[in-house]
Amino acid sequence: MRQLVRIASWLYALAVYAFIFLPVVVLVLFSLQATSFPIPPFTGPSLRWYDAVLSDVRLTSALVNSLLVAFISSLAAVTLGFLSAWGFARFVLPGSGLLRGLITLPLTVSYLIIGMGLLVLFNWAGVPKSLLAAGIGHVVINLPLCFAIIYSQMGDHQINIERAARDLGAPEWKVLLLITVPVMAPAIFAGFFLSMTFSWDEFVISFLLTRFDTTLPVEIWNLLRSGLNPKTNAVGSLVFAVSIVLVVFFELTLLRRKPA
Amino acid sequence: MSAPLVDISSVSHRFGQHTVLKDVSLKIEPGSYTILLGPSGSGKTTLLSILGGFVTPSEGKVFIRGEDCTSVPPAKRPTTTVFQDYALFPHMSVGANVGFGLRMQGVDGATRAAKAREALALVGLAAAFDKKPHQLSGGQRQRVALARALVIEPAVLLLDEPLGALDLKLRRQMQDELKAIQKRVGTAFIHVTHDQEEAMALADHCVVMNDGRIEDEGPPERVYARPATRFSATFMGESTILAGTVTEATDRTSTVATPVGAVSLPGALPVGSAVALAIRPEHLVLGTAAGGVRLGTAGVSDVVFQGSFKRVLAASIEDPSVQFIAKLPATATVQPGDTVAISCDTDRIILLAD
Amino acid sequence: MSPSGNTPLPRAGRALPRAGSALPWALVTPALGWTLLFFVLPFIAMGFSSLTAHEGGGFTASNYSQFFTNPSYWQAMVNSLQVTAIVTVISVLLAYPFAWILAEQVPERWQRLALMLAVLPFWTSYVVRSYSWLLVLAQNGVINRALTGSGLFAEPVQLANTRFATVTGFVHFFVMLLTLTIFANLKQLSPSYRKAAADLGAGPVRTFLHVVLPLTLPGIMVGAFLTFVLCIGDYITPQILGGNNELLMPQLVMMQIGRRGDFPLASALSIILMAVVTIAYLACARWLKIERA
Repeated sequence: MRQLVRIASWLYALAVYAFIFLPVVVLVLFSLQATSFPIPPFTGPSLRWYDAVLSDVRLTSALVNSLLVAFISSLAAVTLGFLSAWGFARFVLPGSGLLRGLITLPLTVSYLIIGMGLLVLFNWAGVPKSLLAAGIGHVVINLPLCFAIIYSQMGDHQINIERAARDLGAPEWKVLLLITVPVMAPAIFAGFFLSMTFSWDEFVISFLLTRFDTTLPVEIWNLLRSGLNPKTNAVGSLVFAVSIVLVVFFELTLLRRKPA
Repeated sequence: MSAPLVDISSVSHRFGQHTVLKDVSLKIEPGSYTILLGPSGSGKTTLLSILGGFVTPSEGKVFIRGEDCTSVPPAKRPTTTVFQDYALFPHMSVGANVGFGLRMQGVDGATRAAKAREALALVGLAAAFDKKPHQLSGGQRQRVALARALVIEPAVLLLDEPLGALDLKLRRQMQDELKAIQKRVGTAFIHVTHDQEEAMALADHCVVMNDGRIEDEGPPERVYARPATRFSATFMGESTILAGTVTEATDRTSTVATPVGAVSLPGALPVGSAVALAIRPEHLVLGTAAGGVRLGTAGVSDVVFQGSFKRVLAASIEDPSVQFIAKLPATATVQPGDTVAISCDTDRIILLAD
Repeated sequence: MSPSGNTPLPRAGRALPRAGSALPWALVTPALGWTLLFFVLPFIAMGFSSLTAHEGGGFTASNYSQFFTNPSYWQAMVNSLQVTAIVTVISVLLAYPFAWILAEQVPERWQRLALMLAVLPFWTSYVVRSYSWLLVLAQNGVINRALTGSGLFAEPVQLANTRFATVTGFVHFFVMLLTLTIFANLKQLSPSYRKAAADLGAGPVRTFLHVVLPLTLPGIMVGAFLTFVLCIGDYITPQILGGNNELLMPQLVMMQIGRRGDFPLASALSIILMAVVTIAYLACARWLKIERA
């Protein structure tokens, strides 16, 4: 009986792994063939389409745009999120529960609707479509996330640590710089990293709010209009590779360092 | 007698609707070791927070070295606090933790390091200077917190249940060290605890608190031997409590009728008044003793062997609601189910105020 | 070394800078301001927009009434709800046993690796993930090649541009997401629950049914709700995999902006979509609360 459960478990797990990896394997495999359609049969490895991607200025500049928007919007989101989390965790503010609810509210709303709202507002206010507009939208979706992560980590123990610093004579700004930020560093970094990933991957807001200069997901979307295209395979595989490297890096540096 | 170092004058405090301190006044002498003892919710921690400047009292004043410190923030008053969870800065080395207060005062790095080493040596942790807090044991962290608070030479050191997170054996050991360190540095320590053994072992001055009030204060020997109130008789050690009414009084003695018989006490009490008598467990005698006061007979319900002694619970035959708690030598032969006569030396009976 | 059982310094003591200090507000105002300016205000703008006529402006409720009278709009909502419900149910049913196997059958030291592997494709770009399913399901894609090549089917089967493709793409994503949340839930369960149940005579099946499942149910509810919200608002997966044969709500919204520039109708449809999510939230709130208690 126990043996049967084991075998069934293994088969089931393998089936799910196969389902999860099937599209990724197909994607990467057919990015490596020279024919103009990424379809079977596989005709042998070639880096032709990777060359094509790297020499495509639209794609490479979209990549740079994506990185810039992700970095700057995440920096803004994590800064605003940290400051507000600190404020709410340390001080008794009137209507605190309601205001915290307001900050986390965008988490429950679809990106599509957030993007639509900004599009209508910017259209009405005469703000042109741009990477800046998309970046503003990315801060809207990532600020609540950073706030929630950092706020949840500011427990009583942290409060006592700051108290101890004040008790020993530290003025507020030194408490912030010397104690709070370093102690909260893992949560701050986690917020920043997650924001980066979400911004990097975000499509619909960038699609609605940018025009000529755009982000990588939108540029990939444009490629899709030409149907199945090995260039899309190549750029997709590259994005995948970069993400994996980042995740592994994150896993090895941050998560391993937890004190036992 | 010199001016008190700390003078708490008619302090009351409310959190919302809830009054946690009710008109508390307390004086603390320089160089003394004061214990605030009480159950949770008694207001002792709030009182400590008020002394540390973390809470501003709703009413009343706090003077430290004669200066009004009632609403002076923690950084600006001559107190430092050792927190219950130690609140060590996890990202700094032990040395940097201890030197933090000096750094805030603008002391240069070399002096800071030297003083921090000195303070660590004082608490017996000279070797831990370069370690991180998470590499230390609970007892060691406690010592670092102590060194960190002492290094800036406060007038008063406040300790919030400093031994609460340690296991029993370590707690007793740290207790002795705390006392020794306090004697060496001469700083006034104010220490909050709910552990009465800790209080008796450490205090020069013991303050028993209950329900936002000071029930009793004085040297622990006095508080134990002659508790002022029923609460302090039961919280600071155990007691058998007998309720009674004064039936007769002469110049020298009064007679009190209790459920277990009449007891005569020294001193004149108003006839007809209700009183409570307390007897410490070690003062109850099982079996009749010459010259003692007879307290009737009782059925032994429980005998607990505790190593150096036996703790005996017995219910009075005359009034089963009276519970005797006695402490007998480990060699005593008493068994549950035995019926024994109870008596006690007159001098040992404590008359409680309420 | 948490100092449990004893009361720490009262929490009210955290109001440190005394009354009248501007510091707390200086800390929270930027975030609040950002949310008001770029989240609440756009919403109000969208509300206004939804009540104006596309041609010539002026106040009108026709954008809303259109939704109820035009059967193709109405159908988009029905499609969205159906697809979302199917996706949520299939994803939970697939992910739960998988997470359970990872948490209970895989040796402890390999669990982290197994989990990381299970969510690896999570990190590909969202657009690319849908596209790669297209590669698999296309007329001349991997599956159809395998089917015709093996002689099982003479003609390729229409897989792409169907509801099946949309559901597959969604399930792929949400199985990974739910595996993560359910795995975390299962690991949080103290092993002593299981030991206690076994000690009291429950077999593995009954332990699972009476102890493990009920205790992880709140976590499943939260995961399912997350799936619902993310799924119903997603544009990419149905657009790439489902095509235009069957419209879902997000596609309908985007279509108003793309082809006709009809912001008022797009706003009205967005608000309706959000209202549906809110109603779903209120309906689930009872179960979602359990998590916090």
